[in-house]
Amino acid sequence: MTRAPRRRPYGVKSAPYAFLVPAAVLFLLFFALPIGYALHLSFRRTRVKGLGLGKGARDEIWAGLANYTDALSDSELLHGALRILGYGLIVVPVMLGLALLFALLLDTDRLRLRGFSRLAIFLPYAIPGVVSALMWGFLYLPDVSPFHFLLGKAGLPQPDLLDGGPLYLALANIAVWGGTGFNMIVIYTSLRAIPAEIFEAARLDGCSQLQIALRIKIPMVAPSLVLTFFFSIIATLQVFSEPTTLKPLTNSLSTTWSPLMKVYQDAFVDNDVHAAAAQAVIIALATLALSFGFLKAANSRTKQGDPR
Amino acid sequence: MKYRTVAVSTAAALAATALLSGCGGSDDGGDEPAASGHASLTYWSWAPGLDKVADIWNKGPGKEAGITVTVKKQASGDDLVTKIITAAKAHKAPDLVQAEYQALPTLVSNDVLADISKEAGDAKSQFAEGVWQQTTLGSDALYALPQDSGPLMFYYRQDLFDEYGLKVPATWEEFAETARALKKKAPEKALTTFSSNDSGLFAGLAQQAGARWWTTDGDKWKVAIDDPATKKVADFWGGLVKEGAVDNQPMYTPAWNKALDTGKQIAWVSAVWAPGTLTTAAPGTKGKWAMAPLPQWTAGENVTGSWGGSSTAVTNDSGNRKAAAAFAKWLNTDPAALAALVKESGIYPAATAAQTGDALAKAPDYFSDQPDFYTRAAEIAQGTAPAAWGPNVNVAYSAFKDGFAKAAKEKSDFGPALTAMQDATVADLKKQGFGVSE
Repeated sequence: MTRAPRRRPYGVKSAPYAFLVPAAVLFLLFFALPIGYALHLSFRRTRVKGLGLGKGARDEIWAGLANYTDALSDSELLHGALRILGYGLIVVPVMLGLALLFALLLDTDRLRLRGFSRLAIFLPYAIPGVVSALMWGFLYLPDVSPFHFLLGKAGLPQPDLLDGGPLYLALANIAVWGGTGFNMIVIYTSLRAIPAEIFEAARLDGCSQLQIALRIKIPMVAPSLVLTFFFSIIATLQVFSEPTTLKPLTNSLSTTWSPLMKVYQDAFVDNDVHAAAAQAVIIALATLALSFGFLKAANSRTKQGDPR
Repeated sequence: MKYRTVAVSTAAALAATALLSGCGGSDDGGDEPAASGHASLTYWSWAPGLDKVADIWNKGPGKEAGITVTVKKQASGDDLVTKIITAAKAHKAPDLVQAEYQALPTLVSNDVLADISKEAGDAKSQFAEGVWQQTTLGSDALYALPQDSGPLMFYYRQDLFDEYGLKVPATWEEFAETARALKKKAPEKALTTFSSNDSGLFAGLAQQAGARWWTTDGDKWKVAIDDPATKKVADFWGGLVKEGAVDNQPMYTPAWNKALDTGKQIAWVSAVWAPGTLTTAAPGTKGKWAMAPLPQWTAGENVTGSWGGSSTAVTNDSGNRKAAAAFAKWLNTDPAALAALVKESGIYPAATAAQTGDALAKAPDYFSDQPDFYTRAAEIAQGTAPAAWGPNVNVAYSAFKDGFAKAAKEKSDFGPALTAMQDATVADLKKQGFGVSE
């Protein structure tokens, strides 16, 4: 802005606020208000008297922190958190490792069918989670799976992927299959943004393709690796549709397998929105703490590395 | 329960909803005073083809009475309970709603349903006692009119029973023997499966054994899910799963469909609506199945339980309770309406006269070799044991699914799962503040 004239036209000072109004209104209406309402619900509960039939048998009262203490002492929620921890330990490294590998391969000089490969790897991301979970579910079910048929023909053991430990692999596989393409595109885009003269200098210094990848490309795309890691943590904590879709196919998935499934169960099956609201708030806080904690740790490390 | 499999295509349901809401009147139509001489009612329902039945009303008796009914199609019974409670909180519930029997106490407890005993109480004589008492909750009030019922029966592959020299079991003891005999002759096959993903079947089997899960005692609820009758049923199935006589995988999966279609499972304990499910699950074995009464606990008895079944209820939000009750009564007692319900919606009517009426004279296509299918079904239905539902059936059902799934998977005793189901149900009632008698 240039120097302000002596007599300001009326309203210039308030102009920024006027521009902010639409965003602020949308934020309040569709973000702050629902969150506020969920918080309000989480501190209340319904109380029933006697048989609870007919008018006036049910009212809503203040519950204080009861819903929160119930949720935190509920072993099912804790077990759900541990289950998705195990799930995340498989999904995140495998998915990001594959995404980085594919991005680096696509970025090499001598590559044919670059456009096709990029699309082919990205395509599963465009398939809705429920559809891909259903499709994989059919492929996993021992009695209808073509893999089982082939393994049987070859005389090899046929593992039941919908049971016990392999169930984690089965669920992780769906997430990896669907998410790798998206993360690859993010990493690939930042690879393309690296100036060509850096590679030229490296080549003149006698770097092989592998050395370029390890010493130049990966360090230079570190910020986008941090970003994809951040997204992946959030997606893992919010896993819901894949296990929900697979649940009817197996005895091994309970109705409260992941924390969000527990929230859904309480709100829409057991009809207790208050308990569900409290659990949702706890999950939101945990997600916030974990993802921003990671972001902060990652940032401080990159800052330390900067002076060198 | 049948409708879950039939109406799985949410897309179709959505399209139907869009169509109906396009041509129907406004939701609030029912709130207008009847002084104008015309009432317009909305009806939430998931049964297929119900809009066609409503059309018969709109063109005939409804036109004379000045009452128009618009059907809004819903996904399934389970989803509808939460949806209707939410709508009722906002005072936006439709005038009429289709409700499964086990959901009625929950809906009454949330003050959704109106007492229509004055308007429709005189229909009592047209229904079996065991069905009617589910809609009164044992009180003087009447919260819904019975629409369809699902008496349990035994379905089996006649050709394979002959091939393996098996006899149709008349008692549960014979049922266990049959399962073992089949395992001996064909180890890769199983008589049937114990499925943990549909609590309604287990509830029906417990009813047959004499269980009454929720009863009232003054102003307190008494929960008896782990009573000796249910324990007997749980131990029976747990034993069969444990020794490997029956399968332990869930129903309604692609694998289950295949097992029925290829004869890997050669029998199914199911309800009167099974022909519809078998038509889609095992299309290749049409004509090879037969129906028999459910095996009995005591030889020579004729007792069965119910799996599924629903009713038509009027909500407190309806501005025209009288008109809504008149439609509900017509829909579930008038011969023309019942015939249309059988034809268009494929239901098994709860009204006793209709069970032996013309509409059910012909056996379902899938059972064309058994021309007396519905005559036998009506005989079986007469022995339907009463069901006793409470205000948190959903919680008990979730506990069943999780606990019995684990026990079936591990092939361990079902006893602890049943105790867990009882405890979870009582704990939930207490937490909500209901009076619970120990």
